[in-house]
Amino acid sequence: MSDSTVNAHLHNWPKMNRRRFIKVSGIGGGLAIGGISGCGPTEPRPSDISMQSLDSDQLLELNAFVHVLPDGQVQVYAKNPEIGQGIKTSFPMIVAEEMDADFTRIKIVQSPINQAVFGAQFAGGSRSTPDNWDRLRQAGATARAMLISAAADRWGVDQSQCRTEAHQVINMQTGASLDYAELTFDAAKLPLPDAERLELKSRDEYRLLGTRVSGVDNPDIVQGKPLFGIDQQLPGMKYAAFAKAPRIGGRAVSANLDEILDMPGISQAFILGGSGGPTQLRSGVAIVGDNSWRVFKAKRALRIEWDNSNASTDDWQRIQADAESKANQSGTVLAETGDVDTALQNSSKTLKAWYSYKFVGHATLEPQNCTAWYHEGILEFWAPSQTPGSAIPLVADTLGLPAESIVVHQTRVGGGFGRRLMNDYVCEAGAIAKMVAAPIKLQWDREDDMRDDFFRAGGFNQLEAALSPEGKMQTFHNHHISFTNDGDRAVAGGGPFTAAAASLEFPVHTLANYRMSQTLLPLQIPCGYWRAPFSNTLAFVTQSFFHEVSDAAGRDHLEFLLELMGNGDWLVEGNPSALNPQRGTAVIRAVAEMAGWGREMEPGRALGLAFYFSHRGHFAEVVDVSVDEDKAVLINKVWVAGDIGLIVNKSGAEHQWIGSVLDGISSMAAQEIDIDEGAIRQTNFHQYPLLRIQQVPEVEVQFIESDFSPTGSGEPALPPIAPAVCNAIYTASGHRIRNLPMSVEGFSLKSQRSI
Amino acid sequence: MPDYQVSINGEPRTANDVDADTPLLWVLRDVLDMKGTKFGCGIAQCGACTVHLGGTPIRSCSFPISAVTQEVTTVEGLSDGGELSALQKTWVELDVPQCGYCQAGQLMSATALLKSNSNPTDADIDSAMQGNICRCNSYARIREAIHQAADMEKEEGNV
Repeated sequence: MSDSTVNAHLHNWPKMNRRRFIKVSGIGGGLAIGGISGCGPTEPRPSDISMQSLDSDQLLELNAFVHVLPDGQVQVYAKNPEIGQGIKTSFPMIVAEEMDADFTRIKIVQSPINQAVFGAQFAGGSRSTPDNWDRLRQAGATARAMLISAAADRWGVDQSQCRTEAHQVINMQTGASLDYAELTFDAAKLPLPDAERLELKSRDEYRLLGTRVSGVDNPDIVQGKPLFGIDQQLPGMKYAAFAKAPRIGGRAVSANLDEILDMPGISQAFILGGSGGPTQLRSGVAIVGDNSWRVFKAKRALRIEWDNSNASTDDWQRIQADAESKANQSGTVLAETGDVDTALQNSSKTLKAWYSYKFVGHATLEPQNCTAWYHEGILEFWAPSQTPGSAIPLVADTLGLPAESIVVHQTRVGGGFGRRLMNDYVCEAGAIAKMVAAPIKLQWDREDDMRDDFFRAGGFNQLEAALSPEGKMQTFHNHHISFTNDGDRAVAGGGPFTAAAASLEFPVHTLANYRMSQTLLPLQIPCGYWRAPFSNTLAFVTQSFFHEVSDAAGRDHLEFLLELMGNGDWLVEGNPSALNPQRGTAVIRAVAEMAGWGREMEPGRALGLAFYFSHRGHFAEVVDVSVDEDKAVLINKVWVAGDIGLIVNKSGAEHQWIGSVLDGISSMAAQEIDIDEGAIRQTNFHQYPLLRIQQVPEVEVQFIESDFSPTGSGEPALPPIAPAVCNAIYTASGHRIRNLPMSVEGFSLKSQRSI
Repeated sequence: MPDYQVSINGEPRTANDVDADTPLLWVLRDVLDMKGTKFGCGIAQCGACTVHLGGTPIRSCSFPISAVTQEVTTVEGLSDGGELSALQKTWVELDVPQCGYCQAGQLMSATALLKSNSNPTDADIDSAMQGNICRCNSYARIREAIHQAADMEKEEGNV
């Protein structure tokens, strides 16, 4: 997926789409409601093995979101990948709500990958819920309308005399009821209701939405059932490892392949030249053998001669010096209002600060892997990908195959966080599978995974502000120094950003003078989207700096933030994807109330507050920290107030919000990827610490359920946490953290209890 | 190459033609097709591969098959004839998993904890569970699910 495509995904709000459904009847007597008209299956015929993940051949012939089986069981296709964000549970909840189905009689089937039939199939940008909200409700409502119609015909009453509840149509005149199982055959024969006249439930009619529902795969997960990409097993399958260059961009020239082939269980070893750069196929040495351990051992025994003539020479020390030298240059102006320079010169009180943050990795706990099988001209994949849909054209381009010959099956994904928006490991598996007369499972080890990531870009911000004599911030300049891989555009996640996005960034609306400018440094290390891309770092620098400003003005930070939010006279009506000051104010006030903002604290202990709007979610967070003389930080508690509109599944949303907050703490504490002469220094978790159970503070969340349609939960709770922690540390200790992770400034995270 | 006889979840199993240094993890996953035990780091840092050896939790990614002399219990062996264990039940009831990848290892560490300590404190849980990373940060629910499973076992008179 190109940067521009993802940006479009991130910034364009979906229009309400009154989708016309099609009905596919005569399939085992059931009723199927499809999503797109006129599309037959365009996939090539995959292997028989691949059919095991589907219920029957017949289902592949459908393009249905909802399928009511003769026994009344409702089958719902989960069309997008499940990466832990919970949509395999929340999507069927939406359908079940609108059709008044009994959720225990819903069966969720992971759909095949066919974007012509199912529309975009990816999980990213917190978009799954907002993009599918309307179509899923309409699919459920369509099924319900047809079941009511069938029941009304049966009873000879008007449809207005029928209502539905818990998988039944009820005759309001007689009190009689019919289970959906008794109606599906008749319903399947009826014409589709007019999509324009479908009645969708109002929020006060919801019975299921807004409750807590446990993940539909949980019973299988706790028993260790093979759900994940890494668990795929095909008859005769071989195992593959792929050794790539220590220095990013190095090309394999030669290797001790004969020695490797003499090792037990190793059947093939060959060099791949690479194609299309790191997003496609890097150069390296592939090893194929009869189990993962043997190919890992062989990989470690490789002696490879690398051609490093085009390898990266990126180096954090040099990058840092380069960035500092450019801090006071003007950069490219992305957005400007008023006259920043004059205001800064004329103001009696100005502030200036330099912030930085290092590169971080994704570290999904399931290391990258992909199973592939090249047979009878078809290249078939089982891929734990966030973007299985776009894997098909990417692989086709990389390997020079027609897209029609490529089949991708979805698997459960052991963590996404943005890493699996990239399909490099899918391309690798395809390239290796093409050379092997058997299915292969490509397995990265943790060291591969940590080195060959698409990192969250590090970066630098020079910030300036001017205060009015009354202590109001009227002028703000943010000079963002990031990176470019192609000499033109910012790296993925290196922000902003488009001029349009920069012109919407909080709190531009209430400032007299505002400028966002950008300088891009050349970089060869690949970067990518990391949970709440660019918001995750921008929130740290701006929300920390605003606290510096309010502190310099001698103002209470809560009152200062509310003033920056303003009264909303600038609000662009009708754009639910933009910051809304009423929603922003509400979450800030709510979190202050929850935390008891303004209360007396003991010495060395303080509250910190931050707000951020991203991914259509408004979030404010307060952190209570204690800091000791050794710069050890104990996070006593975190409060979160957020507004993403209606909450579909309260259990899932709470998971995502708390998970985001803790992910933010985990990354800000001590995670850093060091770039040393084109190589990545960290190799495994002993050098890249992830948060552990003893470090986890209590996190209390409050759902502020405004009347807006639901938006995504996976990302927007993350950005405010780092500045909230740093603001609290400042108030508690007087030390302003301007560089992340905080370990580079000597701070560490304390365990909650001594063990 | 040697064959190894091991007892896994009460059943004798044979791993044919594996190297003596093959970690138990890869014997389980690749040779015996038991996919519940997960690969995370390969250096005993993340706990995704936790199994029991003679009732004691070990990191199977770093334990060679040639050193396995006692009974091995994996996540597939936690439920008794299809009946979920107390921990598995609370894991489902509290909706503990997010991506779910680490949860087999979490359950194995938690199971070992409750076997030796029927009424663990938060500090006991920290101590027993600190070797298991949850990248999605479902830690609060892991802790609560352990407490609730301990209560459930007490109510059922199992301890």
